[in-house]
Formats: sequence, structure tokens, C-alpha cells
Amino acid sequence: MTRKQRRATLIGTSVAGLSLALILVLFALRSGVDYFYTPSRVVGQEVKPGVSFRLGGLVAKDSVKRGQGTTVAFDVTDTKSTIPVIFDGILPELFREGQGIIAVGKLDTDGRFRASTVLAKHDENYMPPEVAKALKEQGVWQGDVTRASAATAAKIVPAAK
Amino acid sequence: MIIELGHFALILALFVGAIQICLPAYGADRGDPRLMHVAAPAAIVQFVLVAVSFLALMHAFVTSDFSVENVWANSHSAKPMIYKIAGVWGNHEGSMLLWVLILTLFGAAVAAYSQNLPLSFRARVLAVQASLSTAFLLFILLTSNPFLRLNPSPAEGQGLNPILQDPALAFHPPFLYTGYVGFSMAFSFAIAALWEGRIDAAWARWVRPWTLLAWIALTIGIAMGSWWAYYTLGWGGWWFWDPVENASFMPWLAGTALLHSAVVMEKREALKIWTILLAILTFSLSLMGTFLVRSGILTSVHAFAVDPKRGIVILAILAVFIGGALTLYAWRASSLKAGGLFQPISREGALVLNNVLLTTAAATVLIGTLYPLALEAVTGAKISVGAPYFDMTFVPLMLPLLIALPFGALLAWKRGDLRAAAQRLAAAFFAALLVGGFTMALVRRGPWLAPAAIALGAWVVIGACVEWGVRTKAFAAPFAETLRRASNLPRSAYGMLLAHAGVGIVAIGIAATSAWRSETVQVLVPGGTMSLAGYQLTFLGAAPARGPNYQETVGQFRVTRNGNIVTNLEPSKRIFDVPRQATTQAAILNAFSGDLYVVLGDAVENGRFVVRVYFHPLVRLIWIGALIMALGGALSMTDRRLRIGAASAARRRSTAPMAAAE
Repeated sequence: MTRKQRRATLIGTSVAGLSLALILVLFALRSGVDYFYTPSRVVGQEVKPGVSFRLGGLVAKDSVKRGQGTTVAFDVTDTKSTIPVIFDGILPELFREGQGIIAVGKLDTDGRFRASTVLAKHDENYMPPEVAKALKEQGVWQGDVTRASAATAAKIVPAAK
Repeated sequence: MIIELGHFALILALFVGAIQICLPAYGADRGDPRLMHVAAPAAIVQFVLVAVSFLALMHAFVTSDFSVENVWANSHSAKPMIYKIAGVWGNHEGSMLLWVLILTLFGAAVAAYSQNLPLSFRARVLAVQASLSTAFLLFILLTSNPFLRLNPSPAEGQGLNPILQDPALAFHPPFLYTGYVGFSMAFSFAIAALWEGRIDAAWARWVRPWTLLAWIALTIGIAMGSWWAYYTLGWGGWWFWDPVENASFMPWLAGTALLHSAVVMEKREALKIWTILLAILTFSLSLMGTFLVRSGILTSVHAFAVDPKRGIVILAILAVFIGGALTLYAWRASSLKAGGLFQPISREGALVLNNVLLTTAAATVLIGTLYPLALEAVTGAKISVGAPYFDMTFVPLMLPLLIALPFGALLAWKRGDLRAAAQRLAAAFFAALLVGGFTMALVRRGPWLAPAAIALGAWVVIGACVEWGVRTKAFAAPFAETLRRASNLPRSAYGMLLAHAGVGIVAIGIAATSAWRSETVQVLVPGGTMSLAGYQLTFLGAAPARGPNYQETVGQFRVTRNGNIVTNLEPSKRIFDVPRQATTQAAILNAFSGDLYVVLGDAVENGRFVVRVYFHPLVRLIWIGALIMALGGALSMTDRRLRIGAASAARRRSTAPMAAAE
């Protein structure tokens, strides 16, 4: 086999492999990704039931209700719109009312969000960045509370909550 | 005082780095040996200075000197000593310092072990290495200085994030960084080779041990991170396709490809230009990973850097090094002489297939990681690319790789005989089928793909055994002959067999745990029971307890199987004192068939608790397999032909100059 043929084989194999991978990637990017929406976007855009997406917002005050067994119902709000969420399982450690969370799941036909996963970071001041950004856009952001600036550091006593 | 010393040492290291770039590079161009001789001592001095600086920061952490802002923000006097030490790299500034420390350590290692490299080549390698360390030193000093003081000094620190207070995670960053940064050696050697316009088999012999070392460390680092996520995040996931995980996985994939293409280059002088490109790409992916993690651009638990200025500086470093390297490559690669010829069906051909698949896989991971960022930047839409994407793209690319792997190892160099290889592998094929059939009969549920995937894993493992058999003529020759051949096989051959078997073992673990993972969630009163995967769990109650720096609620469970007591499990929920955060401590029963994984959830009224139980069949094979891979790499490194510095002897033998021109 000459150098030319060898090179042609090499390039042919690589191109075939790469185009196959490209097809896979394009296909996967259409069906294998979840969009992130705030409750307002869900209400406004009318997301179809059965489409998987990520719902982000704050857990509404006085909305958490334990149902039968391990089912939990609560509302997720961005202060403008609110979506009822149903989740069956163990909630993250820092799940609580007023906390920013992301729920992954689908809307059912009654307009309730059936969550398969609920995410909240292991930090009580944490807000998922998407939620923080969405809240900032809507003007209900409460400001950064995660880290006090170094200048005031000396005065801070460890927070005993 | 010690802190100021550390700060000063870091600034000195920056200047030494500048000298290490300019003088040797100028000397190499002018052919002035005096200037070129500056490189090695400069590299060692630079390492010592960065080490002094690192130890100074560690001293501040160990003695809880809260007048240092970095210590105040990330440590606490009541923290156990191991986490005070690990706290040094448990934050942005400290981990960047560790990054540079390892970078300069590699530079110093080249300086110390490379007396046999051609002088001008060594000077260029060290100049490139110094340009990397200088850029990152500048980054640390300008945007992420760990030595800033607070005045007045606070009395107590803010503590380290509790989920980072874990033995596996304490040592995860040093391994990961040794891997990331270790690939800088391949990069520096590649740039130096392009710069000189000369490259030959000795280059690969030089680069391979360093790449192998980095690869071993990265393998262990990734496995550790995965193991940590498995038992701390409370649901037993072992890989999340989180962008930060991808950031470490992409260099691993490219580095694995590089190790294999370097073999071709070393043995056959082929694939030179491609190997150079791969060396550049591998380290570029490491830099990209550093950028993704350190700039805070990602939505991820790891992104504790939130300062955009840092992101821009790292992006600039990224652009200069990757852009510069690729430009140099485009300009000079054509001057490198292509090497030996080979048929498509040959060991070389198989390794090319390995390279195509691994780099394509790395590319799909890269697209999946960057696509959400690009989409948000362009359209503003926010998406998350998760497991479904990677299942659809990454997994299909791994299947042909696993199928082809045993063949590749049995093909001869230059021109292979596929038919002979298939005949030799027939036994492995039927044994793998048997394993698949046996699995199917045993579980009788779940997707049919899973037994097939397990058969595939078995195929790789048995294929490695067959290869050993072929090389030692097991069963074909008298036993004494086999024994003699077995002891004569070089260690690198054993290393390869072991690493390949490790790949198969990982595949089996992944297939089993993905297909037959089971879980159940129940609310239990004390005395209540639940069952899963043949185990019965009795909840005996929960009691509060006190740890060194946390308060916890410990659940008591008795585990029985067929009426016999197996063990007691004590999952707990911890609330740390500082910072006030909660963590879940799962209790795991490690049985031969898999892990029983118990998580204590929220307390409901009347002393009842939500309890979640998982069974993860054969999940440990994932980490055992990864360790076997790393072990294989380590064994290969001890091969005397591959030892660092061994290249020199081989180089002297090759009388032909490292000529590029025809």
C-alpha cells in the first residue's frame, strides 16, 4: 500500500467516524437536553405536558405539604407566577421554604410539575445560578449574601443560627 | 512573617520564571551553551521558591492564622488537622498555588533527570515549561493572591465547606492536578520539538513516562472523585456528567489516546505529526478544564470562584497558549518528516482506530460541556446537557473501542493478520458469550443490552488473558517454557494487559449497576422494616450524637438476609457548626454482589423517618477497575526501558540524527 493510499484510508476512516459522531451529537442535542424555565416562563410559554425540563425558583412560603408516605407537594415561585410541584423521595438537606431550588421533571395534564429530582446545594445561602439570574432579571433579587467582603470580615462572628 | 516570606518567594519565583524563559530560549537560538545551561538550575530554584511559598500557606492553615484572609475564609480552629492541611487546596487561591507547585515540580524533574537530552532541546523544553508557570504565577499574584492579610485579625475562621471535609476529597485535588499538569510535559516537549523542527522515536521515549505518570495520577484522581460523589451525595450516583467532571475526563481521554499514539511513534516512528498535535490538544484540554472550573463560568458545586476578572485572565492564558501552540503547529508541522508505513490492518492501524475513537469521544464530551454556555451566550436560552446526551454520543463510541481492543493487541506491527487474531480470540469470544448468557439467566429482568454489555466487558478481560496466553504459549508449549516466557515478558507488557483488563472490569461494573440498580423509599417508625434485593432492614431508631465539629442524628438499622443477621448500619445526617451546613452520611454494606446503600432522610412527625435504600450491583468494579488500570500504568512505568531517563541510552544507539528534513 502506498503512502497515498494509506493516507486515504486513514482520512476516510477518520471522516467516517467523525461524521457518525457528528450525527449522534446533533441527534442527542435535540432530544437529550433539558431546558431551564422559571415559573413565569412556564405559564407564559405554555410548556407542553410530558416534555422534560428544569424548573427553577424559590420554594413558596407555607406551601410544603407531606402526603401519603414519601410524597411531598410544594409550590415553586419566582414571585410572579407559581407552579405546584409533586415529588416522591428524599428532599435535599437544605430544602426549605424560601430556598432556591431546581426541580427536574415534567408537567402533567393538570398543570402540576412532577419532579423526578430536586436539587439544592449543600449551602444554606446557596441559590442556583440560573435562579439567581432569573430573579435578578425580574427585579426580586435580594442581593448577594454568600460571602461577606473582606473589609467587614474582622467584625463577623461565626453565625449561630 | 512567614506569610510575607511565602508571598515574597512567590514573587521571586515569577522573576526566576521570566529568566528561565528568556535566557535559555535566546541561548538555544544563538547556540550559546552558557545561556542554555541557565535553564536547569532556574527550574529547580523556581520549584524551591514555589514550594517555600506553598509551605508558608500550609503553615498558616495548620496554625489557624486568621489574619490571612484565605485562611479565615476557608478554615476554622476546630477543624480536624487533616482538613486544615487539605484546606490549603480546598479553595480557589490555594488550589491554584498547588497547580503551579506541581507545574514547577515537573519542570524541576526534567531539569534533574534530563542531562542526556540534547542541550538546546532541554533549554527549549524548560523555557516552554517556565512560560506556563510564569503565566499562572502572574495569574495568582494579580487575581488570586492567597497571602493577603486582614486587619484587624478575626478571632475565628469561616470553616471549610463540610462536603469537602472528607478523606477521599482531601487527596483528590493533588492527584487530579498531578494528572492535569503532568500533561504539560508532553506539551512542552511538543512545542520544543516544533521549535527545533526535529523529532524522532527518542522524543516519544522521553514523553511517554511523563505522560504515563500524569495519566496514572489522573486516573486515580478521577476515580477518587467519583467514589467521593458516590458515598457523600446521598444517592449513590458515581458519575454525573457534571461539567467539572467532564473537565477532568476530557484530558484523560485525550491523554489515553496520546499514550497509545506515543507507542506507535516510539516503536515505528509513525504518527509523529499526529502525536505532536495530540500532545498539544491534551494539555489544551487540561487548560480548558482549569478555565471552566476556576473561572466560575459553570453551574456546578465545584465552581467556588465567582470573580469574573479571574475568568478573563485565565481565558487570556488559554488563548495565548492554545492559540500559540496550534499556530506553531500549523506553521512547523509540515517540516516534520512522516515516519514508517503500515497497512490498515496492523497494530498501528488498531492504535489509530483507538485514537480516532478516543479523540472523537473527547470531542463529544467537549461539545456537551460547552454547548450550554454557547447557547446561553447566543440565544439566552438555558439548557442542561445531562446523562441522556452522553448516553447517546459517548457510549456508542466506546462500544467499537471495546470490541476492537483485544484484536488490536494481537495484531502484528506493520501488517497484521486479522484472521489469525480472530482464531486466537475465538475462545475469548465464546467465554464472553457464556458470561452474557449466564448473566441473562441469573437476573432474568432488565434491558437485554445489559448482559450484552457485560459480555463485552468480559470479552476485554478474557481477551487480555488470551493475549498473555499467546505470548507465553500457555497450553501450547511445555509448562516450563510458558513459565520462562511469562517471566521474560517485559513489565510494560504486563502493565498493558492489566490496564486493558481494568477497562473491561470498569465496563462490567458500569453495565451491571446502570441496568440493575434498585431503590425504595419508605417512611419508617422505629421497629419498622423494609426490604430490597433480598435484604431486610429493621429500623431500630435514631439518636443524636456529637462529632468533632458537627452534631449528628444517627439512625440504627439491622440488616438481615434470609433471617440471618448480616450487619448493623448507621446512616446519619450531620449539621456542621461552622459553616452551618448539613451533610448526609450514607451507610454502605459492601457485599460481593453489590452495595446496600442506606440513607436517613427527613424526620417526619412521631419519630418517623423517611428512609431511602439502594442496591448497586457490582458498583465497586468501577473503582476497582480504574485502580487496576492505574496499577497497570504504574507497572509499565517500572519497566526499565521506559524509566525516566532511559531514553538517553536508546537515543545514543540511534545513530541517525533527529533530522527532520528528508
